[in-house]
Parts: sequence; C-alpha cells; structure tokens
Amino acid sequence: MIPTSHYLFLSLGLFTIGVIGVVTRRNVIIILMSIELMLNAVNINLVAFSRLVGSAEGHVFAIFVITDAAAEAAVGLGIIIAFFRNRETLLGDEMDLLKW
Amino acid sequence: MLDQIVFYFFAALAVISALLVVTRRNVVQSAIFLITALLATAGIFLQLHAEFLFIVQVILYAGGIMVLFVFVIMLINLDVSIHQVQFNRQWWLGLLLALVLGAQLILAVALGRSGLPLGEPAPATALEPSTQLVGRVLFNEYMLPFEIASILLLVAMIGAVVMAKKKV
Repeated sequence: MIPTSHYLFLSLGLFTIGVIGVVTRRNVIIILMSIELMLNAVNINLVAFSRLVGSAEGHVFAIFVITDAAAEAAVGLGIIIAFFRNRETLLGDEMDLLKW
Repeated sequence: MLDQIVFYFFAALAVISALLVVTRRNVVQSAIFLITALLATAGIFLQLHAEFLFIVQVILYAGGIMVLFVFVIMLINLDVSIHQVQFNRQWWLGLLLALVLGAQLILAVALGRSGLPLGEPAPATALEPSTQLVGRVLFNEYMLPFEIASILLLVAMIGAVVMAKKKV
C-alpha cells in the first residue's frame, strides 16, 4: 500500500516542474504545455485524496479541471495563432503591446 | 508489491518526461514528452482505482488536447524558433523562485503529514463501480456545476473560432 503522502510529493514535483517551465521558457507553446502539466498535477492530488476518503467527489472535480484545461488550451492556442499572424513571433517576452 | 512497482514506475516516467518537456529545444519533442507525462498520469489514475478518469485522460488529454497542440505547432513555422534563445533573460531568478515554491510545498506536506489522517486509506472496494459512482455524484450534487461547465465549453469554442479567424 502506497501512503498518500507519496502521491502528494509526486504531485508537487510535477507542479513545480510546470512552474519552472512557465517562468523560464520563452516559447509560448511550451508555456501553455507547462500549464497543462500543472493542471495535471492538481488532478493527481484530487484523485489521491478521493482514494483516501473513499468517495467519488474528487473524481468529479478532476473532470471539471480537465474541462477547464480543454477550454484553456483551445482559447490559448487560438490567441497564439492570432498573435503569430500579426507579429510573426512566438516569444513570450516579445508580447509587450500593452507595455509602455 | 505489484502496486508499488506500478506506482513508482509511472511516477518516475511522469517526472522524467515532465523535466524533458520544459528543457527540450524542439517544440515537437516537448509535445511528445508531454503525451508521455499525461499517459503516465493516466497509469497512476488506474492504479488509484479511477477507471473513468483514466479513460477520460487518455481520450481527452492525450487524444484531443495534444492533437490541438500538434496542429498549432504545424501551422506555426518551426525553423525560426528553434534557433532562438530558449530561456528568458532572468531565467535564473524564475528558477530560484520556482524552487523556493517547491521547497515550501515540500515543507507544507512534510509538516502537515502528522496532522492529517494520511495513514489508512479506505478499502479498495469503496470506489468499486467507479464510473457508476462518478455519474451518480456528477448528476446529483454537482448538476449545476456540470451545466456551467458546458456553458464554459461553448464560450471557449466560440472564443477559439473568433480568435483564430482571419478578419475579426
């Protein structure tokens, strides 16, 4: 039997890797992928606690998180395509239209 | 014993491929390793007796969202971005802050472990007809959030179409 804290450590490891990807990479597509990794780490947490308590509510919340991830990926990739069409770049630090 | 082998195998696979996702230069390689990480997570869901989530993860994440990613990578020309500097100018500061966050999370789990009843999990039969239980909870207590999620998906669909259109 694996203790629940091991799932928590796995989940926080994946989350931290996702944060590292978001704050250090320049490519916007990889930043979006890192956000997917972070959402995924949250799902592991929810399902592990659901297994611990023996109720299915964590699974339901994980389904909501997956729905959110799908919506976010669709809108985010749409924005990336629109931005690439206008500015010919994929770099996050060159997206400074609002910066004076 | 088999339980532990499965868990640690999938955990190591997930962590290694997540590390490769954030360090690869080529976006396509990152996407492939992200698929591996998501499938490893699906394996952990299966090991946690969440069969419905396992299949949702495989179909929706590894099937749907990743196809979207690969399509966008295909639409965007790759040759330019592969020769650019891949990390921010202040990447060391970001890395430091992310590691501090990770250390805080480790500290929180390690300290809070004694306070929470993390020891004895419920028996495996408590979640036995997994799909049936999920459906029952989803359509009884969480009916309204379910409907709101469908509206969210509709809004996201319209938003994606409007964003990716040629002329707004």
